[in-house]
Amino acid sequence: MTYQTKSWGSNCPTTRSSSSSTNDPAIVERIGRLAAANAVVIFSISTCSMCHAVKKLFRNMGVNPTVYELDEDPSRSGREMERALIGLIGAIPVVFIGGKLVGDTDRVMACHISGTLVPLLKDAGALWL
Amino acid sequence: MQSFKAIAANSDMYCHSPFYLRADESIRNQTRFADLGELELSAAGFHHDTNAVDLSRSSIYNNLHFGGLPAELGTAGAEVETGQQYMLHKATTVVIGGGAMGNGNFENWGDSALAENSQRTESSTDIDTDDKNQSRGVQDGALVVVDSMDQSKGGTGDQKQTLRRLAQNREAARKSRLRKKVMDFILCSAYVQQLENSRLKLTQLEQELQRARQQGIFIATGSSGDQSVSIGSNGALAFDIDYARWLDEHQRLINDLRSAVNSHMGDNDLRVLVDAVMSHYDEIFRLKGVGAKSDVFHMLSGMWKTPAERCFLWLGGFRSSELLKILGNHLEPLTDQQLMGICNLQQSSQQAEDALSQGMEALQQSLVETLSSNCLGPTGSGNVADYMGQMAIAMGKLATLENFLHQADLLRQQTLQQMHRILTTRQAARALLVISDYMSRLRALSSLWLARPKD
Repeated sequence: MTYQTKSWGSNCPTTRSSSSSTNDPAIVERIGRLAAANAVVIFSISTCSMCHAVKKLFRNMGVNPTVYELDEDPSRSGREMERALIGLIGAIPVVFIGGKLVGDTDRVMACHISGTLVPLLKDAGALWL
Repeated sequence: MQSFKAIAANSDMYCHSPFYLRADESIRNQTRFADLGELELSAAGFHHDTNAVDLSRSSIYNNLHFGGLPAELGTAGAEVETGQQYMLHKATTVVIGGGAMGNGNFENWGDSALAENSQRTESSTDIDTDDKNQSRGVQDGALVVVDSMDQSKGGTGDQKQTLRRLAQNREAARKSRLRKKVMDFILCSAYVQQLENSRLKLTQLEQELQRARQQGIFIATGSSGDQSVSIGSNGALAFDIDYARWLDEHQRLINDLRSAVNSHMGDNDLRVLVDAVMSHYDEIFRLKGVGAKSDVFHMLSGMWKTPAERCFLWLGGFRSSELLKILGNHLEPLTDQQLMGICNLQQSSQQAEDALSQGMEALQQSLVETLSSNCLGPTGSGNVADYMGQMAIAMGKLATLENFLHQADLLRQQTLQQMHRILTTRQAARALLVISDYMSRLRALSSLWLARPKD
């Protein structure tokens, strides 16, 4: 019996670059396209609790992020995008602000505590004060 | 006319004086064995007859040494009014110990658990043998019913003999019942004593085990190397030990810092001490990470903290937002920029905490759904594969607990670091002292609480 923490868990650095289709350029390009389309983009998994926490963080701040649930992607590339993201960043969820990569939960939290997240959000037009 | 049971010390005494035992209410109340029926009878009305029975008395008292009874019996007898001439302590002997006075009709006490009985039985048999030729009712410690009326009448020998036999039978039955009660009492006492001893021993063993676990692990492994490796398997215990050591070192560093602040040390030197405390904080977060990998539930439970600290526990540690509230006005004076920085830090740590708390709730909810899912089917017939599948999913969800703990610790660490960045060296030193003092007070509160007198 294998416990598939990769599918449900979020921060699993061990799965980095284990997949064969990690560097599929089409997939990576799709990710980039989606990320740039909105001020705040979160790639998430619907059953993941850590993803839930990150989504809540932004929503509680008054930000309205664009969320892509990779396990609910109607086009079958969701799975591949998940693998690609884990290969590149190491974990799900992954957050983009203003088209630029912020990172996984660790990075997002660190940014917020150090005070750099709010300026990023304001610059991207996701947050007004 | 009540039946009196007289017990003769020896043939002489029997002949010369009337010996009565009766269930006198006043006498009964003087004994300590309210539930030992006839035993009261025999213990009551004790009268010291100092003449012919001296020798026998010592043997009687010797015979009475079993359980908790004899001493009390003896004293009970002594307490009683001596107004009447009762050879009662003889009666006691006969009744309980089968005394030196027992005759052949009495049950053999040798089959009882009491060692003395066998002795007494022997001695009684000896006497019995010696006196065999004599009239039973007259010579030995035969229990005889003597009716005062009979005595005064001085009835025929046949009548007396019949009466004596009846009395003997009654006495035998009475003695048998009495013996049973006494045995029950003794066995109960012994059992209770044994239980009590076992309980004490168990408590002692538990304490020893606790001490040994806390101290002895190092000795047992015998290695002077990396203790966390050698302790290894018991992650919770390993962390507890590491944490205790960390706390000691932390106190030492804080004391150094305190004396430095009080002695108005220069900023450069002070910074060294402040950095030392900050690095030491990094160490505990590292240890917590190691602890979480081996036993995440132990870390989350906060059992490694004192009770009062545990009361404020949030995801396996202190709340960052709480920390800043504790600092309150201690950091003044602050520049505007510092003030804004602290306010932002307060807000962002609060938001991050909320987000993680909500994530934890989602995790719990998800786990509930997994465990309560209807994979068994409407008929209730279990599908093992489904069950195992659900369990595997639940296991995966549990694994994310470690993630949350990690995030919470990161939050705590980063809050401290950001605070350090915003404040000057002196302010940071003061802040660290305030935080440390607060934690110490919480721990002291726990100790006081645990040591409080309980009613």
